[in-house]
Amino acid sequence: MTDRSDDPTPAADDAVGSAEPSLDDFALRESAGDAAERVVAGQSRAEDGASGAVEGDGAPAPGAKAARRLRPVHVRAGALIGVLTALLGFAIAVQVRSNSSSDSLSNAREDDLIRILDDQNARADRLNRQIADLQNTLDELQRSGNSDAVAQQQAQRELESLQLLLGTVPASGPGVTVEISDPQRKLKAEDLLDVVEELRGAGAESIQFGPVRVTTATSFVDAGDGVHVDGQALNAPYRVLAIGEPKTLDTALNIPGGVAATARNAGGDAQVVEQQQVDITARSTVPSPKYAAPAGR
Amino acid sequence: MIAGLALVIGLVVGLVLRPTVPHGLEPYLPIAVVAALDAVFGGIRARLDGIFDSKVFVVSFVSNVVVAALIVFLGDKLGVGGQLSTAVVVVLGIRIFGNAAAIRRHVFRA
Repeated sequence: MTDRSDDPTPAADDAVGSAEPSLDDFALRESAGDAAERVVAGQSRAEDGASGAVEGDGAPAPGAKAARRLRPVHVRAGALIGVLTALLGFAIAVQVRSNSSSDSLSNAREDDLIRILDDQNARADRLNRQIADLQNTLDELQRSGNSDAVAQQQAQRELESLQLLLGTVPASGPGVTVEISDPQRKLKAEDLLDVVEELRGAGAESIQFGPVRVTTATSFVDAGDGVHVDGQALNAPYRVLAIGEPKTLDTALNIPGGVAATARNAGGDAQVVEQQQVDITARSTVPSPKYAAPAGR
Repeated sequence: MIAGLALVIGLVVGLVLRPTVPHGLEPYLPIAVVAALDAVFGGIRARLDGIFDSKVFVVSFVSNVVVAALIVFLGDKLGVGGQLSTAVVVVLGIRIFGNAAAIRRHVFRA
């Protein structure tokens, strides 16, 4: 490659096939310029490259002379070509390396970058929408979870109050204790029921009559040996515990013509003591309904 | 021969030094490489045809690179850099193929 061709034929421009005349012309001009340069370089006109081949082998001596003279030029051209191809190799290596490096964005051109940015923005939008959707779902689930918990708490409270009202659990709170003595055994079942009703009327929430928890189904029956409360025979003195507003209960029992008056009329007494803490420990059992079922819900 | 040796040396130097491409040159380097490859293939073909000329090679090499880079630069300025570099690569690729075909005919006689 470094060897300059002696052939004066215009070198086809490497870029284009030799079939194209205009480019050949260009190459011809190039050759001519080349020759001219050499002339300027002070070399003899006759042996110069363009005519060298025409004289060809017929004039070997001048040709050899010319070749000798051209040697520095050869070397220079060869060096130049070497430098250029080395640069090409260098550029190829650099480009391949930078292209295969992980940070491929740094070599991307502007419109590609814009497209990539658009893609990324669209993706971010999509993901943001997805986040919002999921957030909504999460909120909804949390809300429903909360409302579930609230409903459960509500149900729990309801259950507890129902248990208290039905007397299935022990109860405690402010209230009164009532001691009813009846030495002459003149108090009938209805008088004792009056006590309970009076207490209920005054807002008592839990009542224990003797050892019996008073519920909606509690019965008071006169019997020969006293009074049967829920089938349990009780005798005076009767001890009644009631939970409610102590003052109100006290007043209700002591109103004129009320429970206390009845007891006193019967020769006994009714001692009402207001207390901040009354513990009702008796429990009733609630039979599970056999026929009735909740309706509507 | 020197050219092939220089190419290998350049490759090795590029691989060893691991230089980073200056940001301003990034769009032009691949185009310049393709243009230079075109010149090299043309040079090989001319050599096989027996019409190789160092000066033509050097000039065409440099001008190829410069013109290709210039076209891409202009395209970038006009806002059609991507398309123009594609055009340049296509044209140069076609010519490389043509030159490669000529070289093949020389080497394999087929």
